[in-house]
Order: sequence, then structure tokens, then C-alpha cells
Amino acid sequence: MLGALLLALAAGSARAEVIQVKIEKLTNTPAQVTAHVGDTIEWVNADFLAHTATARNGAFDVMIPANGKARIVVKAVGTVDYYCKFHPNMVGKVVVEKK
Amino acid sequence: MTFFRIAGALAAMAIATGAASAQGGAKPTDPQIAHIAYTAGQIDIDAAKQALAKSKNKQIRAFAQDMERDHTAVNKKALALVKKLKVTPEDNDTSKALVKQAKDKRAELAKLNGAAFDKAYIDNEVAYHKTVDGALENTLIPSASNSELKDLLQTGLKIFQGHEQHAEQVAAKVK
Repeated sequence: MLGALLLALAAGSARAEVIQVKIEKLTNTPAQVTAHVGDTIEWVNADFLAHTATARNGAFDVMIPANGKARIVVKAVGTVDYYCKFHPNMVGKVVVEKK
Repeated sequence: MTFFRIAGALAAMAIATGAASAQGGAKPTDPQIAHIAYTAGQIDIDAAKQALAKSKNKQIRAFAQDMERDHTAVNKKALALVKKLKVTPEDNDTSKALVKQAKDKRAELAKLNGAAFDKAYIDNEVAYHKTVDGALENTLIPSASNSELKDLLQTGLKIFQGHEQHAEQVAAKVK
């Protein structure tokens, strides 16, 4: 984790990053992430239930299997609120900044 | 809609009084709590199966599939936990009341078809999840002794709350 952080700092914003969001007990952590256009958001689901990350503005809609992972590449600048279609009490936010 | 509120209130009372009298006035024991939680999940699986057999509405079918999938996963987890803890789920008045009420509701729904069934099913899902949420929060979680059981119940509460919201969203669209 520290190595990846150092690498990211050294490379600056020129390198696309993978930003992880952990799902545990129906909670997205961190609840809010910041990314740049071209970065990947990866949800890692530690729950025994399947979840989704569904953008309210339609930007993305992924199914994250139980004890599985799913990824999207962010393409547009802006703030995207998302939720789980199966458990709408599970929410999160992706703030996308320019590269 | 009023009917469902009354039914929901009755179910809530059944859980509250049943849980209280499950052992002559004392709070429910872990074996009884495990039985109630498992029963509550199984009821929703059975309700989903009825909806999948009867409904042609895409949103209702998707919701029912979600209920079947989720509750099957939770019950599998619950069974694994009680096995690990060497707890034998114990039948009790609360479980019996829930089962009876669910049986009556299924019989009622069996008489309906098309949009009438769809609306009745999803309205009941909202009411049912509200009822179970209340029972989890007010009775089952506070009464649970074993910390792993309590933890699973707390996750169960979040799941049920999520289902309640999901059901409300579907109910609004199916109007």
C-alpha cells in the first residue's frame, strides 16, 4: 500500500490510478473518493451479498459479486453520487477532477 | 394501504409480545432469536417464489429475485454460524406467529392476479420489511447474548432496511 502510494506520488497525475473502495457490512469505504479522468475505481466486496454501484446520473452501473470485485474507468469530470440498487441505503460519491 | 398498516402493526405486536413471552416473560434466548431470524428470512424467500410463479411484471420479478438471492445468502450464513456456535434454533411463539401470518398472506395473494397481485405483493414487502426492521432493532439485537450472533443480526438489519427502501422504490413505480 505504501509502495503504491509512493509510486503514485512519484508519477504525479500522468499515471492512471486504481482507487479502491471497500464494501463491508453494506458500507462503502471511503464513502467519497476523488479520482482523475482515466482512473479506475475498484470496488472490493467483503460482504456475502452481491451489491451494485449505480450512478444516479447514469455514468456507471456495475454489479459487484459477493466476495468479489468490479471496476469502472471514470470518463467525465464532475461529482457522481452512486448507490446500490439492491440496498439503496448503501451510498457513495466519486469526485472526478481533470487529469 | 390501511389494511397493510394494520397487518404490519399486528405483526409487530406479535413479534414484541411473542418475543417477550417466548420464555415466560423473559427476553428471547439466542436459540430462539436464531430461529426467529431464520424464519423471517425463509418467509420472504417463500413470498418471492410465489411472486416469481405469478407475476409477469419485470420490476416485481427482479425484486423477488433479489429477495430470494439475498435471504438465501443470509440464511446460509446464519446456519453456518449456529452450527459453529453449537446453537440449536428453538421454535417459539414468535416464529409460529410469523409463519401463521405469512401463510394467511400467501393465501390472500394467491387469489389475486396481474396488477392487483403485483401491488399487493410489493406493498406487503414494504410492510413486512418495516416490521422485521423494528423487531431486529427493538427486540432481537438488544436481546442477543452471543456477539457473533449480534453482529450478524446487525448486518441483517442493514440488509432489511435496504430491502425496505428497495421495496418502496419498486412500489412507487408499480402504482
